[in-house]
Amino acid sequence: MTDQLDTDLPIRDQAAHDAAARAADYEHGWSSDIEQEYGPKGLSEDTVRYISAKKNEPEWMLEWRLKAYRHWLTMPMPDWAKLNIPPIDYQAAYYWAAPKTKDGPKSLDEVDPEILRIYEKLGIPLAEQAVLAGVEGARKIAVDAVFDSVSVATTFRKELEAAGVIFRSISEAIREYPDLVRRWLGKIVPMHDNYFSALNCAVFSDGTFVYIPEGVRCPMELSTYFRINAENTGQFERTLIVADKGSYVSYLEGCTAPQRDENQLHAAVVELVTMDDAEIKYSTVQNWYPGDANGKGGIYNFVTKRALCQGARSKVSWTQVETGSAVTWKYPSCVLNGEDSVGEFYSVAVTNNHQQADTGTKMIHNARGTRSTIVSKGISAGKSNNTYRGLVRVARNADGVRNFTQCDSLLLGADCGAHTVPYIEVKNPTATIEHEATTSKISDDQLFYAMQRGLSQEDAVTLIVNGFAREVLQQLPMEFAVEAQKLLGISLEGSVG
Amino acid sequence: MTGQSHGTQPDMTLLSITDLTNEIAGKPILQGLSLSIGAGEIHAIMGPNGAGKSTLAYTLGGRPGYVATGGSATLDGADLLAMAPHERAAAGLFLGFQYPVEIPGVSMVQFLREALNSQRKSRGEAPLSGGAFLKLAREQAALLKLDAEMLKRPVNVGFSGGEKKRAEMVQMGILDPKLAILDETDSGLDIDALKIVGEGINAIMRKPDKAVLLITHYQRLLDYVKPDYVHVLAGGRIVRSGGPELALELEEQGYEALVA
Repeated sequence: MTDQLDTDLPIRDQAAHDAAARAADYEHGWSSDIEQEYGPKGLSEDTVRYISAKKNEPEWMLEWRLKAYRHWLTMPMPDWAKLNIPPIDYQAAYYWAAPKTKDGPKSLDEVDPEILRIYEKLGIPLAEQAVLAGVEGARKIAVDAVFDSVSVATTFRKELEAAGVIFRSISEAIREYPDLVRRWLGKIVPMHDNYFSALNCAVFSDGTFVYIPEGVRCPMELSTYFRINAENTGQFERTLIVADKGSYVSYLEGCTAPQRDENQLHAAVVELVTMDDAEIKYSTVQNWYPGDANGKGGIYNFVTKRALCQGARSKVSWTQVETGSAVTWKYPSCVLNGEDSVGEFYSVAVTNNHQQADTGTKMIHNARGTRSTIVSKGISAGKSNNTYRGLVRVARNADGVRNFTQCDSLLLGADCGAHTVPYIEVKNPTATIEHEATTSKISDDQLFYAMQRGLSQEDAVTLIVNGFAREVLQQLPMEFAVEAQKLLGISLEGSVG
Repeated sequence: MTGQSHGTQPDMTLLSITDLTNEIAGKPILQGLSLSIGAGEIHAIMGPNGAGKSTLAYTLGGRPGYVATGGSATLDGADLLAMAPHERAAAGLFLGFQYPVEIPGVSMVQFLREALNSQRKSRGEAPLSGGAFLKLAREQAALLKLDAEMLKRPVNVGFSGGEKKRAEMVQMGILDPKLAILDETDSGLDIDALKIVGEGINAIMRKPDKAVLLITHYQRLLDYVKPDYVHVLAGGRIVRSGGPELALELEEQGYEALVA
């Protein structure tokens, strides 16, 4: 036996241990008393103008928002997903809530110490010195933290700038790099793309912009931490990542929200683009408040994420662990335009109680030699419904395309549902498309076997579920993997026996 | 039943079962089973199919659906029947499964380390470090002549029948129980594997403070693991007990003659 074995052991690293401890229970259910500034209630052109003015946006940006808003008014809410959602009153919500400050943050020193304290409570290594002084071997992660509507801090800016990496809140980027932003904003996910992307274009408040220059391997992992704090407030963030030729970046996204009885809306848009030989690894651990055991409250999570693999041999890998939200509607996709480009989608979606998830991906093969891999692990418990919905499309002139799809569903209990809805559209006969799907239950045999060896029932369930999701979890960066493993167990507490 | 072999004191009873009864799906299976096993002893239970041998193992292990309807069972004085399955494990009970269960995606190492540390925690002991655990795992694998690389693989997934049974014994060695109930551990083993498993059981469990209950159909495992006592289980109770010679008698005459 070699020391390779050690990689199979639970991680003993202190930072990772802390991350796991943080994940215990929905401990992010608290809300904070921060002086908030709200925009007008309800959605109108005035709201859109208010947001744009608040952000000192250039005229083109306001026009773009208004165009999106007017288009949104003409669109119906999509109803094709296997989701049961009561009508959403867009006039009852706020679209702008921000901690009261003079301006956007210039540096950490200007951030309200109370906010820094909150992020500390969330376990985000926001203060650079804290990370720098961290335990030996702890990796540096640059963090952009979005609190309700605005980005409050971006860390490690100087070090990233030295490498030529731009890591900014999107509001700053619109002002500081208008050409770069304008070139790609709304080009990967057009404003007309869908109901929620149009809504996001109109009212998005902040988010993250990343540019990795040609040939640069980003010196650290980049991360955005989203938190909805204010009551009755929607969060609409936008992320744009541009990876120039031969560059590489790993990007992590985490989310929490306080426990509130009413449903809150989250409609994000994430756009990624890769040039020749570039690679983006995008990881999400989504832990929005899922509502209580009776289905009251929770976040409605309507997210459009899409990557454009524009360059030859470029690659985008989406990894997501979805444990939170009352409703999840999310299909991180890859448009493979570059020859021999690669798209990957690794997903674990857990639903318990009354949660509903309709999630999957689209792999659009437009160029020869493009390859995609889809691994989806759905875990359903309680009275929840969990649907995988995925499209694999091969264009007529895309020769030699390969796709492999594996969709596995695990059921806990008798009142939940697991559904797999694959769409396969192949117009080129040279394509190789494989689809495998399984549905299983945690068996009494497995539970008793693990318990006979000394594990409590909850630990046994966590272990078995983590084993089921292993292929996906091992795609995550280490700190996230530990937190995700713990989250899976917590999300399923009380679902067996 | 507690005997004097190996110098064991009569009062060092490890497992004490008295008048144990239960029902599975409304059908009575165990019907007043009594058995006492002293520290340092190896007992074998033999009997025809459907006699209740596996039911006895599951009931002592606490498998859901196998609830005792009467009687008592104690391990080292602790009331087994009042405990959850994982508490029974922490109290020192190990069940060797007739059909070891597969757990995809969970490596043997991860599984056993979590199990062992969970047991240690409930006994108030410090968890074993990664290094110490690996050392222990390697030693126990070597004892059963199991390639330690196997321990990196998911629990029982893709193991042959013989590998599964040897892996069960490696688990037993790592978890170091007071009492092992081995349910047809000999089934599916070829002669060579039977010898390895038999020697493994002796090395791990043939100790003054431990005991084994072998459940088997056949004499052949008993060639390697010499029992101190042999019992015949039929109709949900022990109908005859004796020394090792009883197993040979059964082999020659069959159960019919003895049970009738």
